[in-house]
Amino acid sequence: MPADSKIIEVAGLVRKFGDRAVLNDISFNVDRGETLVIMGGSGCGKSTLLRHMIGAMKPTSGLVRLFGEEITTLKEREIERIRLRFGMLFQSGALLASLTVGENVALPLLQHTKRSIDEIEDIVKQKLGMVGLTGFENLKPDEISGGMKKRVGLARALALDPELLFSDEPTSGLDPIMTAVIDELTLKLARGRGMTAVVVSHDMTSAFRIATRMIMLGHGGIVAQGTPDEIRASSNPEVQQFIHGEADGPIPLNLSQEEHEHHQHVKPRPFARARGRFHRKTA
Amino acid sequence: MSNAELLAFVSARTLAFCALNLQVRNYLQLNVSLLYWILVAPFTGQFFKIAPIFRQMVFIGVRAAPMVALTAFSVGVTLAMQAAHSLESLGAEMYIPDLVMITLLREMGPVLIAVIVIGRSGSAVAAELGTMKVSEEIEALEVMAINPIQFLVVPRFLSMMVMLPALTIFGNYIGILGGWAVCVSALDFNTAGYVLRALESAETWDLYSGMIKSVVFAWIIITIACNAGLSVEGGAEGVGQATTTAVVQALLAMLVMNAVLTGIFFFAA
Ligand SMILES: Nc1ncnc2c1ncn2[C@@H]1O[C@H](COP(=O)(O)OP(=O)(O)OP(=O)(O)O)[C@@H](O)[C@H]1O
Ligand SMILES: [Mg+2]
Repeated sequence: MPADSKIIEVAGLVRKFGDRAVLNDISFNVDRGETLVIMGGSGCGKSTLLRHMIGAMKPTSGLVRLFGEEITTLKEREIERIRLRFGMLFQSGALLASLTVGENVALPLLQHTKRSIDEIEDIVKQKLGMVGLTGFENLKPDEISGGMKKRVGLARALALDPELLFSDEPTSGLDPIMTAVIDELTLKLARGRGMTAVVVSHDMTSAFRIATRMIMLGHGGIVAQGTPDEIRASSNPEVQQFIHGEADGPIPLNLSQEEHEHHQHVKPRPFARARGRFHRKTA
Repeated sequence: MSNAELLAFVSARTLAFCALNLQVRNYLQLNVSLLYWILVAPFTGQFFKIAPIFRQMVFIGVRAAPMVALTAFSVGVTLAMQAAHSLESLGAEMYIPDLVMITLLREMGPVLIAVIVIGRSGSAVAAELGTMKVSEEIEALEVMAINPIQFLVVPRFLSMMVMLPALTIFGNYIGILGGWAVCVSALDFNTAGYVLRALESAETWDLYSGMIKSVVFAWIIITIACNAGLSVEGGAEGVGQATTTAVVQALLAMLVMNAVLTGIFFFAA
């Protein structure tokens, strides 16, 4: 079925915060089995884009279809049905602090399957093993490192063996070896089991290793998209600067002052007054 | 659900021009979906889990017991001493147990124990849910297709509805014990006399009215605390504000409601 091969459809997506359009008319599709890597500078709207794709934020205009259903207009009830089919790794991990690592991974299984406790324990062990965290079941999230939290978040996202995985910077904060392990895992699931993946990544080595297609975001839109080879060969200087990580180039280092004034939803902070309070003039 | 939605819609419309429109609407919506998850959802096959309710009962109820006991005992002692002072001058010492008993069952028991539970559990619930909100945990639950109301609010609500009345009964006993301690040690009462007098004076309605109050207070406290926690925005500062808001609003609402209920129970009839 050709219609079924299109798992995600984003069309004309616009999202404004105040007057500033963080996402401005974004359109792309993701086919079954693809691994799409989304790149772009910090703060350019990658996490915001993911939030719209999972239905956690509503767009100002435009539509998002997951598995052929438009989630921007669905009722909460119906979105839940779709959410069972995908997993999401948050940029912060978003583990439940009151539960142990094992309970976090077990949570979707306990809530959505009728498996026995023994079976669930086995699955939890297996999923934690996949991300290299065997034996950490009984620790609380605040007893493990940031990179470990990310990996637990990934194990939790994979608990229900989703057909679609969203992950927000799965390898940031990991050492090169662990990065390779997570990349291998993504590759294994994508190529072996046909899982579709949408991965936000800053890490170019990792991005080129796992991607079948790449999108680079910038200025609220899509700067470039294509296969890894096409991106590598791109003549766009912004893309070249980004993938080679150079400081000099067309991408501005900071928002200029003028651009900053357009951020009208950001209230100017009373620096002067605050300084007056802390450094009271004695003279 | 359509009736519930209609109710939420109607109540929201009537309050559209209220200054606290958004807050009130959130609060009503929370109540409506809470009722849905407790009363309707179990019949569609979505039972709430029992284990988290017991865990919350330990936090809200069992751990508060020592504080409740100390407060209730000192209130009982105070009431008996004040009663002795006033009633002795009238030569009516024999009515001291009546006064301790009735004041405790009708007013002091439910109100003071609600105050303790607001300070202990109301603030804790608001802070806990608020922290979960700012650290994306609530969003993560939603993305895992787990409803935060069902998963987080229902167990807290049910355990509060059980534990506050239970603590109130417990506190009433301890308070009466405090009155007994004063009467037996400092006044001319023996234990049997105190117990008989106390039992004779109080009617079952005195106990029931206090119980009804504490059930209403439990509802007010836990829904206000959960609502404050779930509507946190803006980091640790927001969590702090929500905690304060929860305590202040719950205290005010509880005290006003107490006056209203006393009026209905003992004045209007
Ligand atoms: N809730 C919000 N309210 C207002 N502005 C927001 C909100 N969420 C995000 N933004 C703005 O949207 C922009 C994009 O944020 P986003 O988190 O999507 O960036 P990102 O590309 O994921 O960055 P990073 O790589 O650092 O994670 C930022 O400039 C931010 O200020
Ligand atoms: Mg991000």
